Amino acid sequence: MSGELLRLDEVTVRLGGREILRDVSFTIRPGEFTGLIGPNGAGKTTLLRVILGLQPVTSGSVLLDGSPRSARDTSIGYVPQKLAIDPDMPLRVRDVVSLGVDGNRFGISLPSRARRARVAEMLAAVGAERYADARIGELSGGEQQRVMIAHALISRPRLLLLDEPLANLDISSEQGIVSVLARLARAEGVAVLLSAHDMNPLMPVMDRIVYVAGGQVAVGSADEVVQPEVLSRLYGRHVDVIRVHGRILVVAAPEGFDELAADAEDAGVVR
Amino acid sequence: MGHLLSYVFEPGFFASGPVHTAFAVGTVIAVTSAVVGVFTVTRGQSFAGHSLADIATTGGSGAFLVGLNQFWGYLAFGAGAAAFMEMIGVQRRRGRDVATGVVLGAALGLAALFLYLGTQESSTTGASFTILFGSMFVLTPSTVPALIVSALLALATVVMLARVLLLSSLSPDIAAARGVPVRAVGAAFLMALAVSVALSAVIIGAVLSTALLIGPAATALRLVKGPVKAAVTAAGLGVLATWLGILLAYDSFYWPPAGRGWPVSFFVVALVVGSYLLTYLRSRDGRAVVPESQDPEHACSVA
Repeated sequence: MSGELLRLDEVTVRLGGREILRDVSFTIRPGEFTGLIGPNGAGKTTLLRVILGLQPVTSGSVLLDGSPRSARDTSIGYVPQKLAIDPDMPLRVRDVVSLGVDGNRFGISLPSRARRARVAEMLAAVGAERYADARIGELSGGEQQRVMIAHALISRPRLLLLDEPLANLDISSEQGIVSVLARLARAEGVAVLLSAHDMNPLMPVMDRIVYVAGGQVAVGSADEVVQPEVLSRLYGRHVDVIRVHGRILVVAAPEGFDELAADAEDAGVVR
Repeated sequence: MGHLLSYVFEPGFFASGPVHTAFAVGTVIAVTSAVVGVFTVTRGQSFAGHSLADIATTGGSGAFLVGLNQFWGYLAFGAGAAAFMEMIGVQRRRGRDVATGVVLGAALGLAALFLYLGTQESSTTGASFTILFGSMFVLTPSTVPALIVSALLALATVVMLARVLLLSSLSPDIAAARGVPVRAVGAAFLMALAVSVALSAVIIGAVLSTALLIGPAATALRLVKGPVKAAVTAAGLGVLATWLGILLAYDSFYWPPAGRGWPVSFFVVALVVGSYLLTYLRSRDGRAVVPESQDPEHACSVA
């Protein structure tokens, strides 16, 4: 299959009478690095949950390789936003990565040399071999992210979804995670869809941006999407894009600050 | 040497029928409880285990009142409570504090009433004691096969679900995204938990049953890291505590006040708690302590 790996067609999600996503359409090609960018509460997590099949859509369709995603599909790997892990949880880092192979199966698995080698290989790939025998709950946020990336990639998915993996990380862990992801995406040919409220750490590695605001998306290269007109339309109010010291800042006018906000509400845009 | 051993194994120990039954049933139940316990601690459901034990107490005393074997009461009330918890979601960590407290208080209140009525009627005061604190030496032979089959079923359920339980404790979302029926798996586990609480209630009493469930598991999780090692270690500790408990209880017949053995539940729980405290000390000052190694000598010196 050439062309597209994932296709969303006019996906709308309504929850409790509130429209979370409206007519969201985009595609992801194999091996592509896509940033799912937008402010908190814009619907990024909902969008990822739709792709994973955890959130039913009100209308529209999600196709993976041209067909609806089936349960027990291992072609999507997932790294959730925050893990609430007890320090006492009896899972070592290598157990967690190993669960990525067959944690969804019933019965018991026998230890195998091939399995151990594959786990070690993944731990090395994300730079986590140093704490392979530590308990997962004892690690820092950045270390846990690396382990969960290894967990998600060990089953060789074709698409890797990450929900805010850079939130609450210090700058050096942030850069570490981004470079690990970029390297693995190229080496393993995995398409990456990563959500973030700050696009700056991702600028060097992103092929495309899916910008979410107000439940709608704008899709394209960073240069195409991160423009005042495009984002103002998305936010439904005036937005400035400021480039300073090689960083991009998106600044939305406060609600009610100008007449655009009033227009947007008349048009029924849900913020 | 033989003389010395006779202090450890008092006369008649190896020939006693109730001792044989206690060993067989105690071993199977200790293994099941310990393995279920490892997953209970991992999933943060120790409190659910304790709630099930309180409610099982009501079931056991009710069963006694109507003339059934307590095990069926423990099992019926435990399983019913598990189903109810699953429905309203009490099993989530410490969820719904107040409601849970009220329900558990009511359950133990009912247990008090049932025990009062039951013992008034048949004037067997030992029954209250057996229900609350258990006894491995007075197991009804006809229930033994049911006990063993239930234990093996609960154990098999948890072993079959081991990987999906671990994955869903790590992240329910990842598990669900990979097609694991998270809710059904959680319900099946809660049922296995209810069964294993009912079983522990039979051998060490409804009130103490969580000791055999959580104690060995908590100790094992301090000693070793991986899930398989933790389960095996917990099972070993549970069995050891049960065996030594039986031995000490049998021997205590010759201890003061003479002519009355001490309750086996006391010894089992003391050993379980003792081994946990030892691992606690060990982790505090980094000194290696072998759990429970001094207990046979302790028996000698007291006898």
